[in-house]
Formats: sequence, structure tokens, C-alpha cells
Amino acid sequence: MIEKALKGSPRYFGALMAFLAVMGIGAGFYLVQLNKGLTITGLSRDVSWGFYIAQFTYMVGVAASAVMLVLPYYFHHYKAYSKMIIMGEFLAIAAVIMCLGFIVIDIGQPQRMLNVLIFSTPNSVLFWDMVVLNGYLILNVVIGWTSLMAYWKRQTPPAWVKPLVYTSIIWAFSIHTVTAFLYAGLPGRHYWLTAILAARFLSSAFCSGPAILLLMTLLISKVTKFDPGKEAVKTLSTTITYAMCVNVFFFFLEVFTAFYSGMPGHKDPILFLFTGYEGHTYMTPFMWTAAAFALTSLFLLVPPKWRENRDVLVPALILLVIGTWIDKGMGLIAAGFTPNPFEKVTEYLPTGPELMIALMIYAVGGFVLTVLWKIALEVRAEVEGGL
Amino acid sequence: MQSSRRDFLKLAGVSALGLSAGTLGFLGEGARAADALPTATDFAKPSTAKRWAMVIDTAKFDDALFKKCIDACHSNHNVPEIEGKQQIKWIWTEDFEGAFPTERPAYLAEEQEHRKYLLLCNHCENPACVRVCPTKATFKNNEGLVIMDYHRCIGCRYCMAGCPYGARSFNFQDPAPHIKNINLQYPHRTRGVVEKCTFCVEKLAQGKLPLCVEASGGAMVFGDLTDPNSEVRKVLKHKYAIRRKPDVGTEPGVFYII
Ligand code: SF4
Ligand code: SF4
Repeated sequence: MIEKALKGSPRYFGALMAFLAVMGIGAGFYLVQLNKGLTITGLSRDVSWGFYIAQFTYMVGVAASAVMLVLPYYFHHYKAYSKMIIMGEFLAIAAVIMCLGFIVIDIGQPQRMLNVLIFSTPNSVLFWDMVVLNGYLILNVVIGWTSLMAYWKRQTPPAWVKPLVYTSIIWAFSIHTVTAFLYAGLPGRHYWLTAILAARFLSSAFCSGPAILLLMTLLISKVTKFDPGKEAVKTLSTTITYAMCVNVFFFFLEVFTAFYSGMPGHKDPILFLFTGYEGHTYMTPFMWTAAAFALTSLFLLVPPKWRENRDVLVPALILLVIGTWIDKGMGLIAAGFTPNPFEKVTEYLPTGPELMIALMIYAVGGFVLTVLWKIALEVRAEVEGGL
Repeated sequence: MQSSRRDFLKLAGVSALGLSAGTLGFLGEGARAADALPTATDFAKPSTAKRWAMVIDTAKFDDALFKKCIDACHSNHNVPEIEGKQQIKWIWTEDFEGAFPTERPAYLAEEQEHRKYLLLCNHCENPACVRVCPTKATFKNNEGLVIMDYHRCIGCRYCMAGCPYGARSFNFQDPAPHIKNINLQYPHRTRGVVEKCTFCVEKLAQGKLPLCVEASGGAMVFGDLTDPNSEVRKVLKHKYAIRRKPDVGTEPGVFYII
């Protein structure tokens, strides 16, 4: 099956080359980082995690979101997803690979990475995060590949895949829950110290992940003959809409708790994000953009008539993805560290090299995804005779 | 396991000192030869405790004394001098608001308001940094010291997110060029690892007091919190002392007489 990745249109190879080029440029910057250390980032003693870890967090959500297809398909035998399911699983693979990549570029001593295994420490959530992420990667590789292989050979998938599928459904929830626990269990980090953090992570994952999947599927259906099916698009966009409602609702719960209680520890990070704190307002334009995009996307998605119209759906999904990305990929980490333990503000914005290195990981993900989707689409074309 | 790790550290310390003693001669004046090199006998009578703790009498400090204490620590431990937000510090000062933010100070007595407060790692009883470290690079020994194995640290900086007191620093770059006079009796760190105050575990192993305590000339006392006759307990019996951020539940081992 793998040979299907080796033949393709100029457009396919063009995309791969583009990803390789970005990877190459990013790798150059990563070499600089290896040489000079994390000095080249905007990180500091007070804001010790930044863009890399934020992207990791966002991508875990994308990985977990495959469950929004897998669950209805396998639990409720929802056949409309039969064409999309493999795309979701392969997106999960690419997303987990990016997660692992973002962790590797973030640590100060990458060559000691395996210490996490050698001196495995069950009281550290990071240890469990590594376990669940790698487990999820393996699950998706095995499930995705075996099912596609069976489909290619026009057989039913082997019986042992079923239990793995059910495991992967629960597992998907665990990867984002454990990732939320990375943050939620820390004393003195008020913005993260909230029981609802894991729920917020899941709700934002379940809207943004499928939104990315849907956007990319629609793009693919434009450039190839692949058609996800009208009903699949309709159902998935409904799921996205519900998840986004829950996501926004959960955020309001945080706002209520913080401002009705009036407790400074809870209020300060939110104030920092939306109004600035002690004159530091560098996050506010981003956060207001995120809020505006989130609400606009909901406004466009909620009425079924608009949602079913692709000309509205696509921009709405794009707004949603940007909105949730700013919230998680920028705001979450910055507000966790601001104000710092001394109630002061140390500003953090990613530097150019930092962005380029992160882009390298995104390119790796894009490359993996392109290859995997290519294989999936070719197999489908072959079996069904031209889609 | 923890006590054996301690023994190992001691041994490693002694052998490293042996090595540096061998090189000191021809390194000449470039290297700062401190006091006489400790020998194995210096480690024969270590100070021990069930739970080490420190009391800081904040009224007794002025700028000169702060500098003396901080210098004693930083120069002996090869803490690099780096400007800006990627700096490294083991012990430093803050105003009341920064040191005790959960007190939400308002209408503070003038004297306390203008005072500075000496901050360092609290060697907490339930250290959040130990809880989160994925490699046990940060660990608590059986005397209540929270120390680090720099060779095991992967630089994930989870401990920095975990510590509610901002007590940790990360080596964003190689520290060596930023150390004015390298103390050959103590290792410096490498790039990419986290570091912090150790309550001078290496001095305690030789039966001595931590450097800052010694430099403070009585403004800081040090001892076993579980021993009613220890210096710290004697002071705490008579003076009202507070700890930083008691609400986070880490049970700090540093007390401040206000
Ligand atoms: S003060 Fe911070 S670094 Fe020191 S023991 Fe407590 S939690 Fe750990
Ligand atoms: S940075 Fe080092 S000491 Fe801190 S948590 Fe990670 S491995 Fe442990």
C-alpha cells in the first residue's frame, strides 16, 4: 500500500516539496537553537513555557478530535462517516507526531529525552502524558493501517481491531484530559487551577479539531474527486457547532466564577488577557480578536440554513479555528504565567526563530498528513473504481 | 534510595574535589582557590536533621547585608550573572508585595512596606516541583532538602511552572562565560537545565551552615524544625513568623519574622 505514496501528480509532489522546504528552513533555525540554547526564544524565568508548549496543547486537541468521527461510526454504526473515518484517524496520527515534535523542540536537553522512560516517575503528569500520547499514536497507526489494508484487499477488518477501536475512543478522551492535568494540578497558577480545565480542553478540541478536518476534507474534495458525502459534512458541522457552544459556555463559567467571587487570583489572568494588567496590554488585541471570531463563527454556524451552505460554512469554520487557536495556542499559556508568582508581569511574545521552528513541526505534520491522505484516497479510488 | 543518593553525592563531591585539587596548581591565579580543600575527614561529621528549616529576621537586614548574603551564595555556587529576564538567581530580594502577594498588603506599616525581603527556595515539605518532575531530577531527600540532580534534568521546565514561589531558574545558555570567578570547588551547570538554591547541601554534609546563614551574622538561623531545641525552634517560640503563600499547601521551610 505504501507504494501509493511514491507516485502522484505534480501537485502532490509540489505540496511535499513545499513542506520539505519549510522543514529545511525551520531545521536551520533549530540548529541555531541547538547551538545557542533556548535564549533565541522569547521565554524567560517568569514565562518558562511558551509558543512550543501552546502548540503542543492545541495539537493534542486536534489529535483527540478524531473520536468525534470514530465514536458515532463504531458505537452507533453511523455509516455516513465511512469515507471520513480514515481521514480522521490519519489526521490524528499527524497531530500526535506534531505534539511529540513540539515537546522535543521545547526541552533544554533533548538528548536526555529518554530519561522520562528510564527514570519513569508516575507522580509526574508529564510521564503519563508521554504514555498516553505514544499509546494513542500506536493505536491510530495500527487501527488506521489495518482497516485500510483490509478495505484495500476487500476484506472485513480482522476481529482484533474492534477492541482496539473501543480502546482508542476512551484513549482519545484521556490524551486531552491528561494534557489538561499537566496544567490544572499546579498550585499558584490561577488561570489553570480550575476543575473545569479538562472539560474546556475537550470542548475546544471537539470543535476545533473536526473543524480543521472538515476544512481540509473540503479542500481535498476540491482538488481531487474525493467526496466525503453530504450527510457526513452536515453531521460533522452540527457536532462542531454543539462543541463550540459548549466551549464558549465553559469560558463564561470561568468568567462568572472569577468575577462574581471577585477573587484577585482568578480575576487577574482574565483581566490580563482582555484589558491588560498593570499596563501590559500586549495580549488584548489577540484575545478580543479571538472572542469576536468565536462569537461570529457561532452566529454563522447555529442557523442550520447557513451551516448547510458551504459558502458560509467554510469562513465560519476558519473563524472558529483561528479563535480557538488564539485562545489555546497563545492565551492559555501566557495567562497561566501572568501575573507571575510576584504579581508582576513579564511580557512574552514568541520570537522569529521560535515561530520558524514551530513552523517546521507544522510542516512535518503537513508532510505526514499529505502522504497518509494520499494513500487513503488512492486506495479508495482503486477499490471503488474512481470514487 | 534517597539516602544512598546522598552518599553518592558526597562521594562524588569528594572525588571531584580531589580532581580539582590536582588541577589547581597549574591553573594558577585564573582560578580562585578558596579555603583549604575539604578532605574525606571533613565529611565525617555531617550536620543532620529530620527537616531542615530557616528563619529570616527581616528587620535585621540592610542593603549591605543582602549583598553579602547573596554574594556568598552566588559566588560560591557559580551562579552566573546574566542580565534581563533570562537571569539566574538562587537568592534575591523582593518588596513585601512581591514576596507575600497572598497577604494582599494594604495600609502596611511603613517600616515593613519599605523593607526588602530575602527570597530563596523554601524547601517545601510538599514540594510541587518534586511532584511534577518527570525524571526525579528534582527530589526531596530524607532531611527535607529539595535538591537537584543536574545530570538527569531534561530541561522541560515543568518544575518552574509548578513552583508557586518562582524559586527556579533555567539555564537558557551556557552559564560558564557569565561566571566571573569560577569556584573550582563547586560545579557549574550546563545549558538546558534548571537550577535553584539547595540549602547548601554540600556544606551541611561537612557539618557546616549554609553560606547565606553564615554571612548573615545572626539575621538568619538554620536548624531542624522537628527538634524543639534547635535554633529555628528557639526563635520561632518567641517571634511571630509568616511563610510565603501558605494557601498553596506546600508547607515552606523558610520562615520570615516580620
Ligand atoms: S519553593 Fe518551589 S522550588 Fe523550592 S521546594 Fe518549594 S516548590 Fe520546590
Ligand atoms: S526541568 Fe529538569 S528538574 Fe525541572 S521538571 Fe524538568 S526534568 Fe525535572
